[in-house]
Amino acid sequence: MSQARHSTARSLAAHAVLILYTVIALFPVFVVVINSFKNRRAIFADPLAVPTAESFDLVGYRTVLAQGDFLLYFQNSLVVTVASLFFVLLFGAMAAFALSEYRFRGNMLMGLYLALGIMIPIRLGTVAILQMMVASGLVNTLTALVLVYTAQGLPLAVFILSEFMRGVSDDLKNAGRIDGLSEYTIFFRLVLPLVRPAMATVAVFTMIPIWNDLWFPLILAPSEATKTVTLGSQVFIGQFVTNWNAVLAALSLAILPVLVLYLVFSRQLIRGITAGAVK
Amino acid sequence: MGALTLTQVTKSFGTTQVIKGVDLAVEDGEFCVFVGPSGCGKSTLLRMIAGLEDVTSGDVAIDGARVNDLAPARREIAMVFQSYALYPHLTVRDNMGLALKQAGTPRAQIEAATGKAAEMLALAHLLERRPAELSGGQRQRVAIGRAIVRRPKLFLFDEPLSNLDAALRVQTRIEIARLHRELGATMIYVTHDQVEAMTLADKIVVLRGGVVEQVGRPMDLYNDPDNTFVAGFIGSPQMNFLDAGKLGLRSARLGIRPEHLVPGGGQIGGRVSHVEKLGGETLVYVASEDHGLLTVRLFGEQDYAVDEVVGLGFEPNRAFHFDAEGRRLR
Repeated sequence: MSQARHSTARSLAAHAVLILYTVIALFPVFVVVINSFKNRRAIFADPLAVPTAESFDLVGYRTVLAQGDFLLYFQNSLVVTVASLFFVLLFGAMAAFALSEYRFRGNMLMGLYLALGIMIPIRLGTVAILQMMVASGLVNTLTALVLVYTAQGLPLAVFILSEFMRGVSDDLKNAGRIDGLSEYTIFFRLVLPLVRPAMATVAVFTMIPIWNDLWFPLILAPSEATKTVTLGSQVFIGQFVTNWNAVLAALSLAILPVLVLYLVFSRQLIRGITAGAVK
Repeated sequence: MGALTLTQVTKSFGTTQVIKGVDLAVEDGEFCVFVGPSGCGKSTLLRMIAGLEDVTSGDVAIDGARVNDLAPARREIAMVFQSYALYPHLTVRDNMGLALKQAGTPRAQIEAATGKAAEMLALAHLLERRPAELSGGQRQRVAIGRAIVRRPKLFLFDEPLSNLDAALRVQTRIEIARLHRELGATMIYVTHDQVEAMTLADKIVVLRGGVVEQVGRPMDLYNDPDNTFVAGFIGSPQMNFLDAGKLGLRSARLGIRPEHLVPGGGQIGGRVSHVEKLGGETLVYVASEDHGLLTVRLFGEQDYAVDEVVGLGFEPNRAFHFDAEGRRLR
């Protein structure tokens, strides 16, 4: 009896901590979203108030949709994020499989080399990257961004996935070899489904910095046709005047696609944990 | 079909040699068991036969054809793993049929082969389930079924019973013996459990440190071991090793099986240190000043008190003589 009460108290305490953390984490998002629905005067008068009938105003959204080609910016962001994510997961998983599965000379060194990128920020190489993109004529293309983000995401992907792939039963892979499956079939059909939770983790960690990045779009692809959402929203931030309605509306809109992607991956993550019944 | 020959096979990982020149001939239809303590190289040797590990030097031949450089799938072997290694995303039927499907066998033939194997192993009602929905014993039967379906020249078993509980282990052991009789196929079986080795094998290969210590039929190893390692490894409880010098014999050590030590003799004195009653037999542990702890195996229920002083005797022709290096003196 006392034990039952004790565990209730504990779970209450745990929930209190978690709820507090959630509130703190979601507060800025909440403020951004409520203010995006208010008129300019209401934003400055009382930033924490929820929109009322009086202060409710969609001017921010109207501005965003009227000025600039926001639909195109969204599309660019989505293309860059999804393409980079695809390549990071594909190449990261393949490299991780090779590192964890095959014994070859320099295996350890190769693993360290591939993980090195976690410690060195890719932005240090911005000038060299820009020179390279200019030389290869890739400036102002989405390809440039996809290439850079793939390189940026690979180290962490290789590091996490190779750890997980070491945990996949050797017997299972060997059974596949004896049954005549090719190494590619073993990789795609046996190993990948079993490391799905790790793939989802890597996907989430890779996706968010790419979606939010301002640096590389600004330097490598600032043209109107290749602007991403984060770069597109900058037009509303001026040196002297900032159109806060439009900025907040753009930011609120930018949350949506990445939220959808996150939900997709977190479902995968949960499904991966209940493996065995997975088709 | 299905004879296996190993000629001076070695395996090195980096600078460590784990298999140090093994010669072995397994005849067609034979049940051969590799047994030894962990780390003796028995699993590595099996994986080399399967083609999952490269052979550093020497030859592996199946039916007289050298297979060193052949991929595992093309060696016409099948393997059953300790962890079952079933494909989690496939049903029992597809698990068993995958190898044939990969080889391009017609669907009807796959159906027939899977059906027959399922019937042999009483799996027919489980064919549509996935591995996650099966118990440990059922999973191991599916793994065995997957091997049977391929009609291989050689069956390889890598400690297949180690993950099962005691009752299931005995049952599956009998099932494997029955399969061997029915299929008449050559089987290579790796285990660290000498009981499995004794009960299943036509031929036992005792390995230690990458070297074959002795090869022979179970009863030959039991009744005629070549050295103290084989004598101690085969038979449970373990053979007693006595200091032969203290008994006035010329050999260095004397090996006597627990069932051949009889109370009441005067050659060895000691005190009972522990008694285990198993119902059908009684194990009496006797601490002797000259020879250390000795095990005596007695038939039926016997009453001994701890600390009781006992004298033990043995028949000289039941004892094995070994020299100082552990080699048998005949």
